[in-house]
Amino acid sequence: MMTITPVAAELQAQDVSVWFGERQVLKDVNLTFRANRVTALIGPSGCGKSTFIRTLNRMHELIPSAGLAGAILLDGKDIYDPSVNPVDVRMEIGMVFQKPNPFPTMSIQNNVLSGLKLSGLHSDNKEELLETSLKRASMWNEVKDRLDEPATSLSGGQQQRLCIARSLAMNPKVLLMDEPCSALDPGSTRRIEATIEELSESMTIVIVTHNMQQAQRVSHETAFFLADDNVPGGVVEFGSTEQVFGQPIDPRTNDYVNGHFG
Amino acid sequence: MSRGDRLFFGITSSAAYFAFILVGLILVFLIAQAWPAIQEQGFAFVYGDKWEVTEEKTILQIGPMLYGSILIALLGVLIATPMAIATAYMIVFILKGGWAKLATNLIDLLAALPSVIIGLWGVLVFTPIAQGWAEFLHQYLGWIPLFATDKGTTSLNSSPFIAGWIVAVMIVPIITSVTREIFSQFDRELVNGALALGATRWTVFRRVILPTTSGGITGGVLLGLGRAIGETVAIYYVLQLSMNINLFQILEPRGGAIASWILSRFGEATDKEFHGLMAAGLVIFITTLIINLIANVIVNKAQPWRK
Repeated sequence: MMTITPVAAELQAQDVSVWFGERQVLKDVNLTFRANRVTALIGPSGCGKSTFIRTLNRMHELIPSAGLAGAILLDGKDIYDPSVNPVDVRMEIGMVFQKPNPFPTMSIQNNVLSGLKLSGLHSDNKEELLETSLKRASMWNEVKDRLDEPATSLSGGQQQRLCIARSLAMNPKVLLMDEPCSALDPGSTRRIEATIEELSESMTIVIVTHNMQQAQRVSHETAFFLADDNVPGGVVEFGSTEQVFGQPIDPRTNDYVNGHFG
Repeated sequence: MSRGDRLFFGITSSAAYFAFILVGLILVFLIAQAWPAIQEQGFAFVYGDKWEVTEEKTILQIGPMLYGSILIALLGVLIATPMAIATAYMIVFILKGGWAKLATNLIDLLAALPSVIIGLWGVLVFTPIAQGWAEFLHQYLGWIPLFATDKGTTSLNSSPFIAGWIVAVMIVPIITSVTREIFSQFDRELVNGALALGATRWTVFRRVILPTTSGGITGGVLLGLGRAIGETVAIYYVLQLSMNINLFQILEPRGGAIASWILSRFGEATDKEFHGLMAAGLVIFITTLIINLIANVIVNKAQPWRK
């Protein structure tokens, strides 16, 4: 039976470099995402943070010209090992995107359970899985009486939380979030941030954000990415969120978090 | 409005009305020409199965031809739809830049081939090949009524089966281009969302792309169906026209197609027969009109989330 017994995992990036065709966009990224922690990836546009988060569940492979060097270890096992199927990786490492993308032809309920059908998994107790997933995304009370309505009838913020619930139904060890609030209003943003805090008790979370206040509110650790003309993106500074924002070591980090550029 | 705008508005609106007026005039012409036959033959014209023109009497009925047109069109759609969807999927989601363009151009070129060419190819090249397929189907699946024949396995040509394939070749381009258009507007974020949940290419297609686009694809299929029903010359070459109705034995060398029937009789038609052929034309016209209306309803109803 597929009950929710979440096990957070440690995720480690070792010397990760990425190319799109001839152009290198990331160079030697080394980061450790600790279990039950929220790590924020910040940096100006084009610094490679969105590309990097996609390497963590092999979504960057959808871009035909993309190439990667280095390793990503999930609890010590390389997700790029030739014996590993990317489909299995994505079931263990879920992802929430910038724009809410619920499946428009499916009901609220079927959206939450869509991962089962898409991946061919079975669940003996779908009702329980549905309820638990929606509760973990803190939206059960809002939708429990309208589970058969189309997902598109929900507001933008609700749609995004539905997408979170959809990922949670796969019981992933890690949840990747690529600017999950950038399309949402402040109220919805606050609710999603509260959800992130609750979820971090049971899983590892990596979040890309443009919003530095958000990074400070939700994350335990922060990595600052930077790229320049002709210089591929990389990590300038990585440490506890308090330290990165309070006492940055690198002057570039200091300039960025204090709003001097970006 | 300025003078230039008025002129522009005048030209565009008269172009729009022109189509309306033309369709209306054709309908009026057909009804006028068909009227004597309709009056004389009554409603049996549509469903009866006798076409006799002698000195004493004239019986004009097109039941088997109307039925045959629909049967062949359905066979064509059944064969063409999976091919078209697969082709469109390849072009939009798999092939890269230059190859996608090449495939698109080749398919469009297929649409530009005159149907007489396809008919000649059909009878000279394709029929001997498809005859082999028909014999295979009859031999191994002959116990299914659809693949049964009255005369055994020999010379299974000139059948609705072969005509269906020929029609399929002719409507694959139109279904492909409609489907390609719909696929290319498909929100890639939905594909990403599904893949991030552990979907494979197949489950993304089956569970996300197809349900979301089925309304539009159905529209393309019905457009193809409309074309298939009116198909004339190509079918004329590959099908044995027969007033002895062939309900479902699609491998049998007899079948019907209204448009081809008109073509085959027109040259030596008597005066009365001429009006009968015009009435047959009216029947195709109305059938195609009904299919297009159904297409509109389905396309609108199939996408309730699109408002």
